[in-house]
Amino acid sequence: MIRVNGLTKDYGARRAIDNLTFEAKQGEILGFLGPNGAGKTTTMRILSGYMPPTAGNAQIAGYDIVRESLEVRRRVGYLPETVPLYNDMTVFDYLKFMADLRHLPQAEDRVEHALEMVGLVERADGYIGNLSKGMRQRVGLAQALLHRPEVLILDEPTIGLDPAQVVEVRNLIRELGKERTVLLSTHILSEAQQICDRVVIINKGRIVAEDSPDNLQARLSGAQRVSLRVRGESDDLVEKIAAIPGVQEVIALPDGALEFQHAPGQDVRPEVARTVIQANYDLLEMHPVGMSLEEIFLELTGKKRK
Amino acid sequence: MRNMWIIAKREYKHYFISPIAYVIMFTILVIVGIVFALNVWQASQPIVMYSPYVPEVSIITGPMLFMFIFSIPALTMRLLADEHRTGTLELLLTAPLRDWELIAGKWLGSLLFVLTLVAISLLYPLILHLLIEPGLDLGVLLTNYLGLILISAALLAIGVGISAMFSNQIAAFFTTLVVLVVLWFLIGAPAEIVPRFSDFFRYIDIRDHFYNSMANGVLNLSDVIFPLTLLALGLFLGTLTIEIRRWR
Repeated sequence: MIRVNGLTKDYGARRAIDNLTFEAKQGEILGFLGPNGAGKTTTMRILSGYMPPTAGNAQIAGYDIVRESLEVRRRVGYLPETVPLYNDMTVFDYLKFMADLRHLPQAEDRVEHALEMVGLVERADGYIGNLSKGMRQRVGLAQALLHRPEVLILDEPTIGLDPAQVVEVRNLIRELGKERTVLLSTHILSEAQQICDRVVIINKGRIVAEDSPDNLQARLSGAQRVSLRVRGESDDLVEKIAAIPGVQEVIALPDGALEFQHAPGQDVRPEVARTVIQANYDLLEMHPVGMSLEEIFLELTGKKRK
Repeated sequence: MRNMWIIAKREYKHYFISPIAYVIMFTILVIVGIVFALNVWQASQPIVMYSPYVPEVSIITGPMLFMFIFSIPALTMRLLADEHRTGTLELLLTAPLRDWELIAGKWLGSLLFVLTLVAISLLYPLILHLLIEPGLDLGVLLTNYLGLILISAALLAIGVGISAMFSNQIAAFFTTLVVLVVLWFLIGAPAEIVPRFSDFFRYIDIRDHFYNSMANGVLNLSDVIFPLTLLALGLFLGTLTIEIRRWR
């Protein structure tokens, strides 16, 4: 379990994160979303015990991250953004070293098991320096899983992986998240949508939204945008639809498709349908378009489209 | 303690895959060997102007310590600077070990390497023991090696402390070198210039603690305490630097 309360970090005069408060329960995968430089890595570094916050506090598995840092570090599996590895060690030796530092009983069995989980058994005796980026990422993940931690903090866990590996790692995280608390950062929105139970969106060090991916989408998009499609070209329809009261913006798209926006709480679809039929067009489809998480994200972080 | 040992073990092994460590070991053993051979040769000459010259253990430990001043910076420069440069420090600082255990473990690893080198060098006193009549004084041999080990342990701790301040090995190397050269060659000099504080300057001169006592088989408490103080200072400095880095 992760409980963050008013967490603030200053780097000199620059405030990297500002009064963050959020929670992640056991068995929950919390996605940490934000553009580069939003403060994701800073937050994760603080939670993993790498550095103390300037103000505020946080508990992990019931332990204070500053006063009981060692207890926290024993219970956290952390995959840093840079995936720090010793290039001159073999995969096995590296993991054995990390297992020893954590005083794990039957360290070698634990290493074997972690290697199985990330699918690196056959590279165990290879030097880390010779591994591809994706494999290094998996070694880092194995390191974070060695001690079967209650809490996993993963900073951009799928970055640099090929599509097949991305799917594998996502499945692994989903599996791990069933009984553990997982905090993962990403700037790939579809990833957050696929694997996270809840997302926290941060921008410039502040939380701008926090909800489940589906709720966020529903809450912010509504049914304000509708897409429709007719047989043939839709040129003169644009004006006709735009003339209907309540319709705000009509965009013609190729192949008889067009999209329009209407004021919230004012359903203009029946009127639009009648207009299309009366103009002698064959109405093929009409459906509301939700805002994608991408658009929500851009809207929340103030980077509007166009 | 266990964490310290785990860190030390890894560092110790690492020296044996690093060319620098082999070069240092080889150079020191060869040069000390040459100095040793020259001394033995000189002693074996029939014509001696004054009383017969009998080589002592300090002809081995003296040059070795001198060479350590220049090689210890190369042995310690990597220890924390490289962890910082490659980002692996983040890994160690988020593992469940205390900052002092990390620093002390790094120091212990380097000390074990130096001890290995010192152990190999014991071959020279052994040869000397067989060459001279009635053999070496065991007490003098012990104080010489005690001094050698104590002083190198202290210098290594200073090197580790300085390595923690840098993310560039070369910067760590030169800074350590400057500090060790000052400690070894310069710090005792004011003793002659400012007679009022001569006792103080003599006390902080490591060379004095070795050449004027342990090298001759004398063992004063202060000769043990001074290197131990430096050692503690070096490790404290390293731990403090890591702590400060965290807070920055």
